[in-house]
Amino acid sequence: MFEDLIYVLGKYDTWLWRGFLLTMELLVISVTFGTILAIPLAVARVSKKVWVQAVPFAFIYVFRGTPLIGQLFMMYYGVGQLISNIDGIQDHWSWVYLRNPYWYCLLTFVLNTSAYVAEIMRGGIQNVPSGELEAARACGMTPWTTYRRIIFPRMWQMIWPAYTNDVIFTLKATSLASTVTMMELTGAARKIVARTALPYEAFISAGVIYLIIVYTLTFGFKGMERYLRRNERRKDKHSANTKALPT
Amino acid sequence: MLDLYGRGWQMLEGGLVTVQLCLTVLPFMIIIGLLGASAKLSRYRSLRIIGESYTVLIRGIPELLVILLIYFGGTIAVQNIAELISGEETRVDIPAFWSGVAALALVQGAFASEVFRAAMQSIPVGQIEAATACGMTPRQIFMRIKLPQLWRFALPGLNNLFQVLIKDTALISVVGVEEIMRKAAIGAGTDKAPFTFYLVAMLMFLSFTTVSLIAFNYLEKRAARGIARA
Repeated sequence: MFEDLIYVLGKYDTWLWRGFLLTMELLVISVTFGTILAIPLAVARVSKKVWVQAVPFAFIYVFRGTPLIGQLFMMYYGVGQLISNIDGIQDHWSWVYLRNPYWYCLLTFVLNTSAYVAEIMRGGIQNVPSGELEAARACGMTPWTTYRRIIFPRMWQMIWPAYTNDVIFTLKATSLASTVTMMELTGAARKIVARTALPYEAFISAGVIYLIIVYTLTFGFKGMERYLRRNERRKDKHSANTKALPT
Repeated sequence: MLDLYGRGWQMLEGGLVTVQLCLTVLPFMIIIGLLGASAKLSRYRSLRIIGESYTVLIRGIPELLVILLIYFGGTIAVQNIAELISGEETRVDIPAFWSGVAALALVQGAFASEVFRAAMQSIPVGQIEAATACGMTPRQIFMRIKLPQLWRFALPGLNNLFQVLIKDTALISVVGVEEIMRKAAIGAGTDKAPFTFYLVAMLMFLSFTTVSLIAFNYLEKRAARGIARA
């Protein structure tokens, strides 16, 4: 068994390494753009006007209510086919990009991530204490300033643990790229299995790499959480000091 | 459009398989979840370590990888065991359906164990003490005090897990189980209409998740009927 493992790792290490890089690339791009897109969605979602709320609500509901693999196939095969039916598109310069699964994967992952992140952001925004909003209003802040100075910093503090979970969810979701022939970590492992018929060695190697990524991410995000909550620590220290002082 | 190139029935059959998958995984998921939660809250350190490392492992590995590992690896494992027992070369095929069920139960069980652990910890200590004072055995305490309340505390978490489960069954199409996604892929391939078939598949999934959401909301209301007014 161990000879097989060493054989797989020795012969196919470049495949796994490239797979790792592609997985990280998909993860970073999906999370970055997904988060950026989630912010306007979440802000619109908490709007008091029903017609502003409705669009992000429907978007979030559909993307959270259907399997990611279905969304991916719908994009890659479904939309892909509609695009390829356009007259003369196959001679157009953009055809190189339009038939590449990479862009369909990224687009699907970005939209999917933004739906999940927008939903947790909505929870964060709605849980900002109303006293703070009233105080901001009393100070004469415009809605935009209130968002920038009060609501967003507060929201990030509150949603950070859930956001961490979502990033890990996205990492695991990138494995689906292998179903549309992308050679990320899972895709590389599947190709190794197809070549060597050694499923344990290949899949467990990939699994261990995923575990390393997940727990490195968790560790980094925990550190970030401490940074985001730094004002609370200061407050605690402050109140402890005042208690210690004799009045 | 509605008969889908004569494949409307095929899609409905796929829907039936998806429902079967969900309902088959559900009891295993609950049993594994309860066992996992008991292990994590156990007095024995070794059991706690097993329970914790199970969640740590599953949480970090994509579901798709678990499904592939069990489908390809499970066949070899069972084959090796069968060869050990019979002593001669045998060929065993695990049906894709059951390897998918095993994989999903393993994955969802890990998350369910977290839900049940939290639920067990929300049961007030006073009630356990009162039960002990009444002379109940640990078994009786579990059956009469913990289990009935566990239901109520665990429902919101289970609601979420069941949503994830419905969506995760789509992954089993990768190993060839003919559920909604697989049927849609077949239709998309042979009739050259991927957009239509995947659209129908997505609408079917959306209706399943919606029904599950409504059902769980009803159950949550029902489970809280003695509490809400208090």
